[in-house]
Amino acid sequence: MSLSEFLHMGGYAPYVWPSYGIAALVLWWNLWVPARRLRQVRARLRRRLRREEASR
Amino acid sequence: MMNFLHRLASPPHFYRISGRLLPWLGAAFALLLVAGLVGGLYLAPPDYQQGDSFRIMYIHVPSAWMSLFIYMVMAGAGLIVLVWRIKLAELVAVHSAPIGASFTFLALVTGSLWGKPMWGTWWVWDARLTSELILLFLYLGVIGLYNAIEDKRAAARAVAILALVGVVNIPIIHYSVVWWNTLHQGPTVTRFDKPAIATSMLIPLLIMALAFNLYYFIALLMRLRLALLEREAGARWVANLLAEEEA
Repeated sequence: MSLSEFLHMGGYAPYVWPSYGIAALVLWWNLWVPARRLRQVRARLRRRLRREEASR
Repeated sequence: MMNFLHRLASPPHFYRISGRLLPWLGAAFALLLVAGLVGGLYLAPPDYQQGDSFRIMYIHVPSAWMSLFIYMVMAGAGLIVLVWRIKLAELVAVHSAPIGASFTFLALVTGSLWGKPMWGTWWVWDARLTSELILLFLYLGVIGLYNAIEDKRAAARAVAILALVGVVNIPIIHYSVVWWNTLHQGPTVTRFDKPAIATSMLIPLLIMALAFNLYYFIALLMRLRLALLEREAGARWVANLLAEEEA
């Protein structure tokens, strides 16, 4: 099977690939949002911790 | 064992243990995902009736299973919230909702993309599709309700009640294809006799289902860690943890 045959999906490419694409997007987004927020929260807490240490 | 569970429920231990667990879960998920994709998109032969369009099944069916499974976890956690008022159960119930909503959305969208070439329509108001849409609204209702109530512990209890009431929808979704005359095909895997699907098509499906299950666990752990850190921002263990990491 050639690559173009594979991508063609027996004529169902317009239905198969969007299904996989949307799934990839939704699943990725669901991990990216909490990961980014966790980084932000940790950075904020670290800054606060440093400030407190400096003022002590 | 009880001692272990008790320690796990304490925020610092939960944060530490889940942090150590996540890379391994992530690796296992990646492996299963690759195996499932290769098996489903490449190794499995085209369906003799549906051609290659059946490959949408490898996203659609595990997503639909997860939409039901996560709802049951959410309702179970809700029950624990109402009876024992355990904080960790509150977080599990609340933070399962967006993940469950995502899988419900995927089940609906991929079902639509599969329905168009097979049934000739993107959508019909039949029992299976409508009850799954109601499931999406239940998830969105849980998210909205939680965000609308200021006192987060009261919000968690309200969410628990809504989740438990919504449980009636779960058997309706599952049996809708049996009870009503519907365009949606009947169960092929969860039958008491032999599954009505070839092994080379079934194995990638089960692998994808396992991968999606792991994904839920990973996404939930990440959200729980975030929620704990935000809630306990002023606690001593958080300061210690961050100081430890700096050193």
